[in-house]
Amino acid sequence: MKHLDEYRDSGLAKGLVGSIHRYRGRPLRFMEFCGGHTVAILKYGIRQLISPTVEMLSGPGCPVCVTANADLDKAIALAHLPNVILTTFGDMMKVPGSRSSLQQARAEGADVRIMYSTLDALQVARNNPERPVIFLGVGFETTAPTIAASILQAEAQGIDNYFVFVLHKLTPPVMVALLALGEVKFDGIVGPGHVSTIIGSRAWESLPRDHHMPCVISGFEPLDILQCIAMLVAQVERREARVEIAYRRSVRPEGNRTALALMERVFESCDANWRGMGVVPNSGLKLRPAYGRFDAERVFAVEPGPTEEPKGCACGEILRGIEIPPECPLFGKACTPAHPVGPCMVSAEGACAAHYRYGKL
Amino acid sequence: MCLAIPALIKSIEGATARAEIGGVERTVSLMLTPEARVGDYVLIHTGFAINVIDEEEALETLDLFEEIEAAYQKELAEAEGGLDEAP
Amino acid sequence: MTQDRILLAHGSGGQLSHELVERLFLKYFDNPILARLDDAAVVGVSGFWFQVPGSSSLKPETSNPKLAFTTDSYVVNPIFFPGGDIGKLAICGTVNDLAMSGARPLYLSAAFIIEEGLSLDDLERIVVSMRQAADEAGVEIITGDTKVVSKGSADGLFINTTGVGIVPERIEISGSNARPGDKVIVSGTIGDHGVAIMGQREGLEFSAPLRSDCAPLNRLVAAMLEASKQIHCLRDPTRGGLATTLSELAAQSGVGILIYEDRIPIHDAVRGACEMLGLDPLHVANEGKLVAVVDEADAEKVLACMRGHLYGTEAAIIGEVRVEHPGRVVMRTPLGTSRLVDMLVGDLLPRIC
Repeated sequence: MKHLDEYRDSGLAKGLVGSIHRYRGRPLRFMEFCGGHTVAILKYGIRQLISPTVEMLSGPGCPVCVTANADLDKAIALAHLPNVILTTFGDMMKVPGSRSSLQQARAEGADVRIMYSTLDALQVARNNPERPVIFLGVGFETTAPTIAASILQAEAQGIDNYFVFVLHKLTPPVMVALLALGEVKFDGIVGPGHVSTIIGSRAWESLPRDHHMPCVISGFEPLDILQCIAMLVAQVERREARVEIAYRRSVRPEGNRTALALMERVFESCDANWRGMGVVPNSGLKLRPAYGRFDAERVFAVEPGPTEEPKGCACGEILRGIEIPPECPLFGKACTPAHPVGPCMVSAEGACAAHYRYGKL
Repeated sequence: MCLAIPALIKSIEGATARAEIGGVERTVSLMLTPEARVGDYVLIHTGFAINVIDEEEALETLDLFEEIEAAYQKELAEAEGGLDEAP
Repeated sequence: MTQDRILLAHGSGGQLSHELVERLFLKYFDNPILARLDDAAVVGVSGFWFQVPGSSSLKPETSNPKLAFTTDSYVVNPIFFPGGDIGKLAICGTVNDLAMSGARPLYLSAAFIIEEGLSLDDLERIVVSMRQAADEAGVEIITGDTKVVSKGSADGLFINTTGVGIVPERIEISGSNARPGDKVIVSGTIGDHGVAIMGQREGLEFSAPLRSDCAPLNRLVAAMLEASKQIHCLRDPTRGGLATTLSELAAQSGVGILIYEDRIPIHDAVRGACEMLGLDPLHVANEGKLVAVVDEADAEKVLACMRGHLYGTEAAIIGEVRVEHPGRVVMRTPLGTSRLVDMLVGDLLPRIC
């Protein structure tokens, strides 16, 4: 498969690994912001290759993991509304809310359907004109433009039974908030490659500028990640802090202008509630008034009941990088992928699930 | 995050295209990449092309990897050669 | 959050399915044969004479054979898919469960639960397909049942099959027999069936049509058992995929299994589809493949035998059994690093992240 297999070529890995280990200073710690990177790093055993020169820390870049319980409870309540078809990406099905999950709701009779694409949800709306179809809009800036596109298509085609429960979040603000918290020390950031394909590398400038934090934007194949880490090591060695692009075949400084324009047209920024971080200013998206008729929260009133946080769950600390999954008292005991307590164990790219599945060697 | 994989545009009709990876084809939307052409490789995320892959940059990156690997192998060979010559 | 309802995930063959069996069914049906949790139940009988399919005379089975007995229900949706249909699946699935215990499959039952409104043409196509599969396997369907349920209750058609077969006395095949040093062999490419089905549901098209690998494996197994007396385990990696099957074997035998990622045969189209949908090919179902755990000394011989058979042409040795990490499966990546391989936990879901 072109543009994939070449970056998995083990014959080209040794040189990159060698250049990382040339560093002779104290052990370095880099944070991989993005859950997709957490999974790739564990799936390819990259930790084994870069240790002990470099140690990796997981960040809050899993849109499923950072969805607040209160929001998930609302989504479940929407699913239970009579006649509603709730459409969602597969990732959200098993995440536990305060008392239930979308998977549980479906077992109880709610019409919950898994979609590969928002356009499939639009098709469901077309096929069921008498029923409201609500799409659960979870995801960062990679996904938000696709939801914006679906709303514009619904508008253009006069579809009036398609709604979105918008829970999209923005990544640079939460990274800045995390650094401002100052709870955990690290030497550089592995930047999210596909988010940056949309928002551009310029979106990360404040990290080196205000926090002297090196940031290298990485692709998701093993050679991409090794190259990114080598570039971060080089910056640390030269005592630099810049935004660099390792994923040059996909990321540009200005990002994808068309996608950004679509987002700008449909959404505006707002404060958002991040699991583990609380409310982060200007870190979420909501629909502009002109598109209010697509806003599920405005159109449908629901009473999701009081929010309960799972006792003992350390998802919040793990998302902030203060703890690693094995340090959570529930990890591997009360909390496993089959019986998850918190979302970090459920999500395919949650730090806990990744550690549980790939890491205990 | 975000699973996005590279696929080849085989044909375009309006704002949708047929994209192919490893012999598997699917219809994708070009609403976010109106500049895509048949023969381009695009990144696909949830049924949308989110970017046209820059072939030149891709080749440069791979060339860079090969250079780094070659330099490393040379270093290794020299180090071993040095050991052989030690008295 | 406690689970007080059955979820789709309980039927996916992964961890939740295992838990349901152990915590509910085993609890009440408890008996030593069931507790072995092999694909077919094997019970002792004293030497007897039995009627071979297609003949009316009796054939003696030498000394003390064992009776193998298995049941399975088929609820696949869509009922027609590239490479087969629910009927073919039903026959092959039950024949294979018997074959995996070393049995020669003989007779099947077939019970149909039909949704009101199913077209008679469709039903006939399925029944013809079942006959063809049975003929290929050399088994007969000798008893059955039919029920019809109201619209909405059965996804078109559900089929339950039960099968019986004979295990020759000297054959002792079980999931708990793997020993350190054994080689792990897979009979061909993995992920074909699950991707053929999911691909149809998700609107994927394959330039070289990808078909389910649904096939009866009893003749392949018979040839393998002729070639070697040192086959310790046989299992077909159906729901839950290769990863789940290897995890089960490792757990049942109390050994570790190491596999090599670049030795596992996978079609490009399956790789591509899995990338697109965010699936792990190791978790995708197969319906015409088997895993064999064979004593190291006989591995090459068994492999050669498999490769000479219609359903084993792409067979490959993919790993070995070891003492380390008992109960767990580890995979060596092409980078030379290692990672754990886990059994499928819930449902196989397409994902965006």
